[in-house]
Amino acid sequence: MVEVKSLFKKYNNKTVVEDVSIEITKGKITSFIGPNGAGKSTVLSMISRLITKDSGEVLIDGKDMGKFNSNELAKKIAILKQANHINIRLTIRELVAFGRFPYSQGKLTKEDWKYVDEAIEYMELASMQDKFLDQLSGGQQQRAFIAMVIAQNTEYVLLDEPLNNLDMKHSVQIMKVLRRLADELGKTVIIVIHDINFASCYSDYIVALKDGKVIQNGPTEQVINSNVLKEIYDMDIEIQNINDNKICVYFT
Amino acid sequence: MNNKGKIILLAVVATVLTAGYIFWDLGPNWDYALPRRVIKIIAIIVVGCAIAFATVVFQTVTNNKILTPSILGLDSMYMLIQTGVIFLFGSTHVMILNKNLNFLVTLTAMLIFSSLLFKFMFKQNRNIYFLLLIGIIFGTLFGSMSSFMQVLIDPNEFQIIQNKMFASFNNVNTDLLTLAIVLMIAVIVYFMRFLKYLDVMSLGRDQAINLGVDYDFVTKRVLIVVTILISISTALIGPITFLGLLVANVAYQFIKSYQHKHILPGAMLISVIALVGGQFIVERIFTFSTTLSVIINFVGGVYFIYLLLKENKSW
Repeated sequence: MVEVKSLFKKYNNKTVVEDVSIEITKGKITSFIGPNGAGKSTVLSMISRLITKDSGEVLIDGKDMGKFNSNELAKKIAILKQANHINIRLTIRELVAFGRFPYSQGKLTKEDWKYVDEAIEYMELASMQDKFLDQLSGGQQQRAFIAMVIAQNTEYVLLDEPLNNLDMKHSVQIMKVLRRLADELGKTVIIVIHDINFASCYSDYIVALKDGKVIQNGPTEQVINSNVLKEIYDMDIEIQNINDNKICVYFT
Repeated sequence: MNNKGKIILLAVVATVLTAGYIFWDLGPNWDYALPRRVIKIIAIIVVGCAIAFATVVFQTVTNNKILTPSILGLDSMYMLIQTGVIFLFGSTHVMILNKNLNFLVTLTAMLIFSSLLFKFMFKQNRNIYFLLLIGIIFGTLFGSMSSFMQVLIDPNEFQIIQNKMFASFNNVNTDLLTLAIVLMIAVIVYFMRFLKYLDVMSLGRDQAINLGVDYDFVTKRVLIVVTILISISTALIGPITFLGLLVANVAYQFIKSYQHKHILPGAMLISVIALVGGQFIVERIFTFSTTLSVIINFVGGVYFIYLLLKENKSW
């Protein structure tokens, strides 16, 4: 379980994350939603140690994050940011193999390659695994990066706007994969997501942030309701049940 | 050809060039010429390897393939010290006449400067680009101060400075060389433990942290090692960091691998080939009428423009 206790972050006296405390349930998908500048990505980055926190605690399986050594932590928690520009030329297979670094320190064993193959298979990239990343479309690149995270084989998978710049088809594809990660492999998936309908259809829990504070935190059904959404987004959002999914209508 | 094959090919070319340099046209007084040539070639190999190594790892941690460690301002610092001494004490001062003393003083000064810079930077936990910016500013400051003194100085004294402005292997001292080699080997041995992180570091900061690299710690160590290597080679033969840019990029093009276990030896061998080849041309074709760094800078400059145009196109 990931527990976050009264997390604070300031940039030049401007508080971007204020007293955020959340508990993230194991084996489920938790989505962070909220308007731009709500501090979603900042919280995610602090949970994954990409940026330092000013104060507060992040406990992973009951142990303070700072007490883990960096390599141990890399076997527990994986983070994928939204911009994944890489300066070197890699094939999909080489990229996915990097996911085994925490285990192999660069010298991959047979077992490591087995994980790599499985991850590639899982993301249906086998037919193009020797293509270079810069020859791929945005959706394929995103899948390659997720395959790397799968090869890393961590209990917690953190993704910052995994659907950024993807079309509907690829977005659905990615979300289905995340669902399978949670359901089939028992991973705890934490995502920052802008599209509240994807959050509503695919996540188990939703954490709603605004101005650096948690506004709502609970099971999806509880958060996806007109009153809560109005508080978060300052918009009247109508919610309709379509095929047992709660769909927010906010386009007009 | 696979990467191993390419590296072997480079090694063969380097060996042939080295042997050619040493034995070609040795003349009847070989007992005089041979030891001098061997010392020179050792200096070339050591400096070439150090610069190639430093540049490749520097480019990896900064995630930028058109930077050279000269951006840290060490070259300008070297020139400032040389100019300053001549300006203040004249060209007959012991600092200029005694090469050993000069080497040690310059080396210490450069190391003190960079450790102050790092201390100041790392204390405040700034990012690496901020450090580079500060380096550029200091580099420019040192450069301007040197030119200021060079303008005021006596023309005869200026000639001495001018000799120092260009890297030269023509008067490398054996004692210095031994000291430099020992220092460099010590540094590289220390660095070996960080070697495995380099591939991951080239994915960028976020990915490196994600994969369990203690990024800030490793970056600091890499920068310190780079500084030491550059300081030693600059104090030994003069400013030549531009070479690093050239050989690192030729190595990326030639080796076509992201793995440092291929790129590093590749870059080091290409560096040796370029330097030995260049020195050969300087001595046997131009008969010392130009210096090696002029040739390196000319070829490097042309290549740099080509790189800029190419990167520009790929956008």
